[in-house]
Amino acid sequence: MKLNVNGSTHEVDADPATPLLYVLRNDLELNAAKFGCGLGQCGACTVMVDGKAIFSCLTPILLLEGREIKTVEGLGTIDSPGPMQQAFIEEQAAQCGYCIPGMMMRAQALLQSKPDASDAEIQTTLETNLCRCGTHMRILKAVKRARELMKTAAMAPASGERKV
Amino acid sequence: MNAPRLPNVTRRNLLLGTGALVVSFSLKDHAFAQESELNVPAKPPEPVAAGPKLPGSLADTPSLDAWIRIDADSSVTVYTGKAELGQGTKTSLRQIAAEELEVPPASINLITADTAITPDEGFTAGSQTVQNSGTAIRNAAAQVREILIQQASGKLQVPADQLKAQNGRIVGPDGKSIGYGEVVMTDMLHVDAQPKSKLKSPDAYEYIGKPFARVDIPAKVTGGPAYVQDMRLPGMLHARVVRPPSWFATLKDIDTASIKAMPGVVAVIRDGNFLAVAAEKEFQAVQAMRALTNLAEWEEKPRLPNEQDLPAVLQKSESEQGVVAEAGGDFTGGVKTFSAQFMRPYQMHASIGPSCSVAHLDNGTMTVWTHTQGVYPDRKAIAQMLGMPLDKVRCIHTEGSGCYGHNGADDAAGDAALIARALPGRPVKVQWMRDQEHLWEPYGPAMLTKVSASLDASGKIVNWKYDLWSNTHSARPGSAGALLPGQLMASGYPPDKPVMSITPLGNGDRNAIPLYSIPNMRVLWHFVADMPVRVSSLRGLGAYANVFSIESFMDQLAKEAGADPVEFRLKHMEDPRARKVITTAAEAFNWSSEPMPEGRGRGFAFAKYKNHAAYLALAMEIDVDKETGNIRIPRIVSAVDCGEAVAPDSIRNQTEGGIIQSLSWTMYEEVNFDNTRITSSDWSTYPILRFSAVPGSLDVHIVDNPGSPYLGVAEAAQGPTSAALANAIANATGKRLYDLPFSPARVKATLGV
Repeated sequence: MKLNVNGSTHEVDADPATPLLYVLRNDLELNAAKFGCGLGQCGACTVMVDGKAIFSCLTPILLLEGREIKTVEGLGTIDSPGPMQQAFIEEQAAQCGYCIPGMMMRAQALLQSKPDASDAEIQTTLETNLCRCGTHMRILKAVKRARELMKTAAMAPASGERKV
Repeated sequence: MNAPRLPNVTRRNLLLGTGALVVSFSLKDHAFAQESELNVPAKPPEPVAAGPKLPGSLADTPSLDAWIRIDADSSVTVYTGKAELGQGTKTSLRQIAAEELEVPPASINLITADTAITPDEGFTAGSQTVQNSGTAIRNAAAQVREILIQQASGKLQVPADQLKAQNGRIVGPDGKSIGYGEVVMTDMLHVDAQPKSKLKSPDAYEYIGKPFARVDIPAKVTGGPAYVQDMRLPGMLHARVVRPPSWFATLKDIDTASIKAMPGVVAVIRDGNFLAVAAEKEFQAVQAMRALTNLAEWEEKPRLPNEQDLPAVLQKSESEQGVVAEAGGDFTGGVKTFSAQFMRPYQMHASIGPSCSVAHLDNGTMTVWTHTQGVYPDRKAIAQMLGMPLDKVRCIHTEGSGCYGHNGADDAAGDAALIARALPGRPVKVQWMRDQEHLWEPYGPAMLTKVSASLDASGKIVNWKYDLWSNTHSARPGSAGALLPGQLMASGYPPDKPVMSITPLGNGDRNAIPLYSIPNMRVLWHFVADMPVRVSSLRGLGAYANVFSIESFMDQLAKEAGADPVEFRLKHMEDPRARKVITTAAEAFNWSSEPMPEGRGRGFAFAKYKNHAAYLALAMEIDVDKETGNIRIPRIVSAVDCGEAVAPDSIRNQTEGGIIQSLSWTMYEEVNFDNTRITSSDWSTYPILRFSAVPGSLDVHIVDNPGSPYLGVAEAAQGPTSAALANAIANATGKRLYDLPFSPARVKATLGV
């Protein structure tokens, strides 16, 4: 079946019942989405589908044909990080970093649909995602910074290179 | 100011007899030179000729080229036996090496824990990376720089004292210069370090103490390969283990033909009670694991204690007693005596990413990529388990999710090795599932503490008795019996016998001795050797429960003495650095004894981690909702002194993290079980702190001491945070909580709502 991930179409040879997470990590060799619980309790596997944050560990690929899947790899690159990534780097918002991509995607989904989300809305939205190192304060700061960086990026003339 | 003065406290080691070793010998066994958390050294330490001890881990690995390599192209490689666990080591060690070697930190190639190429630095644990490895690298780098200058002096025909190192070159007064690579010669650095190094003075620092971005973060936020979970080797199989439903369960006969016939399944491995499946694709392995779980029948044994009755169970199970400290001996003084009892349940590491490992048996050599905290001890355990010689097993540290102590990492490495042995030539990745991590990791031990103390008429503490009941906090590998697969396999290696070890670094007794000036003191460890719940090292070991108890009780005594809690602590504290962090935190918080609105309270606590590492004090303001038992924390202010602050932002990050993790332990966490099974199997049955509970603000003030020795900091916040919260609740409500965790139900029950 065909999956649209980060703007490209991929032909995937996998059991349609396979959770998206395994396909992203193994078939497409995308590292960002992480296995955390397989139960939808921790958010480490969070990616976006059609602009909404979902648990990729619970979502079989059979539901995803023709839909737009976005992962952290679709937000920018190490050489040209997107606003969300830039914000996490600037705030040094990671310890072990394992939960961070899931946090970023849930925050990205919020800010894409609601660019002026309040601090309280950011905090409430991230309730779904767990961090064990205790990096919460920095994660909140990073998402607030991303909110500002995304606005700046949206106001800049479109380069056409990257859409975030 | 007065020098730090503790009463004449003796620490008796009843088992190791280390008191017999005299100061004219230095110990060359890393179990001693490094603060190991191992129960006992494998062999008695080997006395070596007296001489000044080399700094940090150079004492164990003195050769300069074990730490630093310079190639002909002037590239610099630094080796550390320590591992990056998310604490920023890969960055801070580069800063340290760069400072003395006069090269940009980013230009350094840093190699971390790998049994084939790095020094053996034991475990990356106990907040000791910068203290031990950092000190070794700092000194080695300074000595290498001086060797390069000496060598360049001959080549440039300029006296060495007129030369300086600068950006990878040795430069003379006339601008003449030569690159490091041009002066380095074979074996030039193959010399033992000297006890003294020519270290740069703090006012000349370019990198130490300067803001410096973590090197690992960009890859981690852009999807770069960063973890062992991200490894994909050619031909790699995916494996899953099937664990028993409970401890002590045994596997009945099983016909696995139906599993072997499943799509993609390559092998089903059974060895005694060890059961695993390997498949071509990951989801195939998961499906086969589920089918195998349904197929397997186990004989279970109800051997777990009553979780409601842990204080009594611990006291009944005491196997021996050790004196942690005694001073004075007059326990009759004072005008009034107070006592209290505190309880900490079993708590788990609960890493967000379940343990994972990749192993590959190739041409008779087993290579294991693992997020263990100790590649050398892990190699030893795996080699023993497989019956392979040590030199045929290589363990390479590869990052995993944060571990916070001895989690499932080593067991997963053992699982991968055992499965890979059955599938020679093919790399095997084992990924634990969530319930496997929750149910099978070794927990932080339950602890019971009892304290009593007397105040004199002036409100000073005149005597102090403290008793703690605890298992060992150390069941790390070294032997195959410390690995789950080693225990489960048919040849069944027994777990190491738990041994009470009382040393200055502390184990269950870590931070059991209050740092305060108390003339008469007695601290006892009632050692519990055997408990049917698997335990080992969780961040801070006994310090969490001991500081919780001591600092809760200090507040209680302050109240009885009619004193402000901060003033009461200062009244009993002589160590000037301790006083400084206490006053810094109090001032930054704007501490006062002014009454607060209904339901609001403030709490304070302090500890010097291990009594010889970082000093940390913190104050917090909280609101208690009496109707729900919920606690909200508007603000926390902390101050920390960890000697010279190498990487201030990492210190802040670690301290913020320590405080928040400790809040989670303190407010929510408790491993539950029935008489047979652990029942905390996921995040719904073992809840941890989520975003709605984070403090409104959290400030960390660093009390920097440039030029002074590094003091381990990463675990310093665990203890004080719990006590500050207990003290704030008592301040807000007039009621004190003695048993962890402070769940809403317990808060409500304590308040009598």
